[in-house]
Amino acid sequence: MAGSNKINITPPRWLLAELTYACPLQCPYCANPVDYAQYQSELSTEDWKRVLSQARKMGAVQLGFSGGEPLTRKDLPDLVQHAKDLGYYSNLITSGYGLTEAKIVQLKEAGLDHIQVSIQASTQELNDHLAGTESYHHKREVARLVKKHGYPMVLCVVIHRENIHQMPQILEMAEELGADYLELANTQYYGWAHANRDLLMPTKEQFEQAEATAQAFKEKVAGKMKIYYVIPDYYEDRPKKCMNGWGTTFLTIAPDGVALPCHSARELPGLDCPNVKDYSVEQIWNESRAFNFFRGTDWMKEPCRSCDEKEKDLGGCRCQAYLLTGDMYNADPVCTKSPDHHLIQAAIDSASASALASNEKPLIFRNSKNSRLMS
Amino acid sequence: MTINTDRPLQFSPMHRLQWEEAQQKDVILYPEGMVELNQSSAEILKLCDGTRNLDQIVSELEHKFATTGLTNDITAFLEVALKNGWIQQN
Repeated sequence: MAGSNKINITPPRWLLAELTYACPLQCPYCANPVDYAQYQSELSTEDWKRVLSQARKMGAVQLGFSGGEPLTRKDLPDLVQHAKDLGYYSNLITSGYGLTEAKIVQLKEAGLDHIQVSIQASTQELNDHLAGTESYHHKREVARLVKKHGYPMVLCVVIHRENIHQMPQILEMAEELGADYLELANTQYYGWAHANRDLLMPTKEQFEQAEATAQAFKEKVAGKMKIYYVIPDYYEDRPKKCMNGWGTTFLTIAPDGVALPCHSARELPGLDCPNVKDYSVEQIWNESRAFNFFRGTDWMKEPCRSCDEKEKDLGGCRCQAYLLTGDMYNADPVCTKSPDHHLIQAAIDSASASALASNEKPLIFRNSKNSRLMS
Repeated sequence: MTINTDRPLQFSPMHRLQWEEAQQKDVILYPEGMVELNQSSAEILKLCDGTRNLDQIVSELEHKFATTGLTNDITAFLEVALKNGWIQQN
């Protein structure tokens, strides 16, 4: 048991409700677990309402309805209404697939605060290829309707080697669609993105050029559009303070009710994450082994344990340490002080060799068939 | 950005100002984000209701807290608020 009772536990502020793993899209960088197809059961409406109430009572205020595609849940308006009654700021994180004007109005009336629409690329051909579904024109229409009905709109574009060359066009598209916020999320290599890393990781030169383009644009649209830029940590010297610290701020509830300190934590071995069907959110957050596991710094090994920067990044991401080194207690190998840092360079080299190869293997798309093959 | 002293100030419809019981403070909520406010910042923003201009906000708060000389502090905060999009002026 790594956690310690001496640690001051702060209440959750952010609740991510992954309502379902069902999704009509097949994005090859999906953040859902690669073996999602084996988790078939979904919480009931009453379960979700109880979870929302319990987390709100503890102090959670930002609420994300996510998935999968949350619109596939028929009870979404009911859950939005419940969230509104509790005083949450509710965010719908959607592909836009299946979203109609009537639904946009219905959700607004139920009290939804904001809609985040993802778009895969600035052209129909690439968008539809990456999404594995014809969706480009509908997404643009949804973005227009979201603005028409007075919601703040975040346009989210995941950036990787297949679309990074479109950065100037992506920025223009966001401006044209009237986005209030543009989230440029450089791919984080977990789940499906990890499986497709050789095909998705841009070179450092590509990344730097795209970042410079985005920064220049940020100044141009200051006061009109805000840009959230999620950095690709493989090109950093120090790891990210993942989730703002384990069990400090973020609570994710998976479709089957498993409570996770981050949405990738399901991949970590032996955590035995508790289910909201068995325990209250308060018990889970304060008392469960899983949420106490990496709280604080007592769990650390060297070089983190004696590092003067350990409070700054808390050793980085546990899931990344596990995925790359096989040991979730290790320093995040993004850190140049990690003895495993060479693994990051090896991944970069492997991706760049793959880009040059004449017979590059195809992307593995996120769907149930591939999920079962990879489980 | 500077505040136009004649026009009324209005809290942005793209943000929400809300008292948080668990935190015992007012917060500004917006897509995927939150700003925690101290008491004086919250008092200023609550008066940005689209009917008051800068001078009216200053005199109201000076009266409420029985003090004077708040103009500079309030102006400085409202400039930050305008820059961040928390308030607007038509």
